[in-house]
Amino acid sequence: MRWITARRRRPLFGYAAVLLALVAVGMLYAAVTGLGGSSASAGSGSSSPLITQGKNLFAVSCASCHGEYAQGTERGPSLIGAGAAAVDFQLSTGRMPLKETNAEAARKPPVYTQQEIYAIAAYVASLGGGPAIPSGQQDSTAGADTGLGQSLFNANCAQCHNYAGAGGALTDGKYAPPLTQATNRQIYEAMLTGPEAMPVFNNSTLTPADKRDIIAYVTQTRAEANPGGFSLGRIGPTTEGLVAWLGGIGALVLAAMWITAKRREERTGEITDNR
Amino acid sequence: MSDNDSDLENTPEERQPPHRVIGTPPPARGLLTEPGPSGEGDGGGIEPYGPGGPGAPELRELPADPPNPVSARNWERVAAAVFLISALASVGFVAAYVGLEVHDRGDVVDAALRSNLALGSAMSLAFLAVGVGMVIWVRSIMPPVELTEERHPLASTPEDRAAFAETFVEGAEASQITKRPLLRRTLIAATVPVALAPLVLLRDLGPLPGTTLRHTAWKKGTRLLVYASNQPITPADFDSEGGMITVVPEGYQDNDEELAKSTSIIIKMAPGQLQAPTNLNWTVDNIVAYSKICTHVGCPAALYEQTTHRILCPCHQSTFDATKGAQVIFGPAPRPLPQLPITTNAQGYLVAQSDFHEPVGPSFWERG
Repeated sequence: MRWITARRRRPLFGYAAVLLALVAVGMLYAAVTGLGGSSASAGSGSSSPLITQGKNLFAVSCASCHGEYAQGTERGPSLIGAGAAAVDFQLSTGRMPLKETNAEAARKPPVYTQQEIYAIAAYVASLGGGPAIPSGQQDSTAGADTGLGQSLFNANCAQCHNYAGAGGALTDGKYAPPLTQATNRQIYEAMLTGPEAMPVFNNSTLTPADKRDIIAYVTQTRAEANPGGFSLGRIGPTTEGLVAWLGGIGALVLAAMWITAKRREERTGEITDNR
Repeated sequence: MSDNDSDLENTPEERQPPHRVIGTPPPARGLLTEPGPSGEGDGGGIEPYGPGGPGAPELRELPADPPNPVSARNWERVAAAVFLISALASVGFVAAYVGLEVHDRGDVVDAALRSNLALGSAMSLAFLAVGVGMVIWVRSIMPPVELTEERHPLASTPEDRAAFAETFVEGAEASQITKRPLLRRTLIAATVPVALAPLVLLRDLGPLPGTTLRHTAWKKGTRLLVYASNQPITPADFDSEGGMITVVPEGYQDNDEELAKSTSIIIKMAPGQLQAPTNLNWTVDNIVAYSKICTHVGCPAALYEQTTHRILCPCHQSTFDATKGAQVIFGPAPRPLPQLPITTNAQGYLVAQSDFHEPVGPSFWERG
């Protein structure tokens, strides 16, 4: 306590006041402005030379783990029947090619161009079925029912990905990634193919219309402004409570120090301190 | 700290406290007062009213003026400005309440958040500025003197206490309560039931739960609907291994009270993955249904990892093995998630064979 007592001098409170004012201005600014978000999607097509190109690309970068004929090895699963949607999801989010073997493959900038991804996807699809890459029309959120999407999301997605799509922890170091960067098509493909630990939500259980509603909820929530100025990761009441506790109690301590601090006149003035 | 302290420290115990609240103006000077023996500075020691009389020790008053009038005048302006800010913030609070519509057209959530921010900021500023102004006032305008206020004795005077005891005993004797046990006991018999009677009214706080905690809305033949989209499901629809979906009993999809108990998840496994103690007679085509209500405290346990077949509860990390009858493999849950017996009906839709065979959700007093 004596350490604090010796240091509670007026300049500290000047800095604290400046900090407080900056925070207040920042909050005001964030309240007046507002963050927006938008996303785009693209179409696709496939043809026979595409499959040849994809086969060549596959042999270079994928066959070492997934096998020469995509039959799978001990390092990687079989891709026969995985489908074009799974390939597009894994490659366009940069999760494949895998950089290192971790509990969870992290999102990275994609290694391949979209045209190359289409080629590899066409090759994998030619090996045997699987869900196709959704068209721009299929993953468009135009006219989607965001309210229904929210109900579906809360019942089937929010427990892992958080109600605002901020992601969350799973077992053994795995995690459900945040949905803040995923495109409409990637969200659609993830539901359709169930990458890694994620369950599959096929089109006969969650219809394409349901999936569009969910995408609309995810993207619309993402675009929601944070009028307080801070999203705090949108993880929910835990972080908010932590910040309120630490920040609020810190401010109270500073205020208490200010109220009880000795005034300069007392130390330098005519009244002597005999303690 | 100053000579004021030493004066108060020398005060004898029996001194009566001054009849004056600190912070109120001192009694008019010159009436019933005389200069103290150590009078100095700006008027010095003044004896207040009180029963002490002229023989009582001298008490120092707060000096009326600040040591530095120029600085005090500047700080007075600062404090006044802060008080004005508080007033403006209060006006701003009213303006924000009136001006920011939250039920208007457009984005209601966003409007409510903005309204909350404006109301909260304005009210915080209004309160904070009053406090800051008062602290500036005390610290920089009032004279820098520390006062010690003696603690008053809490007990009444011995005379008062003796008088009360005497009155009490007199009253008790006059009432003859000690001599007339019949009256005393019947009075007790009259008052105790009156006090207990309101306890009976607690029964009207609501219907008793009865056996509702032991049953859910699932019955033989109830179809499983996908929650929110309310579509019935066939095993052919739900044919992707690693699939999971939240289902509710048909007819109760909008009944939140029933859904709090009945909501379940169905999971599609690869052939051969489901093992004992899963009841395989209660599954269809490697589709198994479990209650979604965690047996710990009833959170929706539905973080399903299709690679490890674990079901997690997001609240306290209880982990259930979906291939082995949702046995608990980690966490505080005391029991496996109850398995819902399912089959298909004549049209091929997934239906319940019966209700759950045990109460779903957390433990309760009479669960057994």
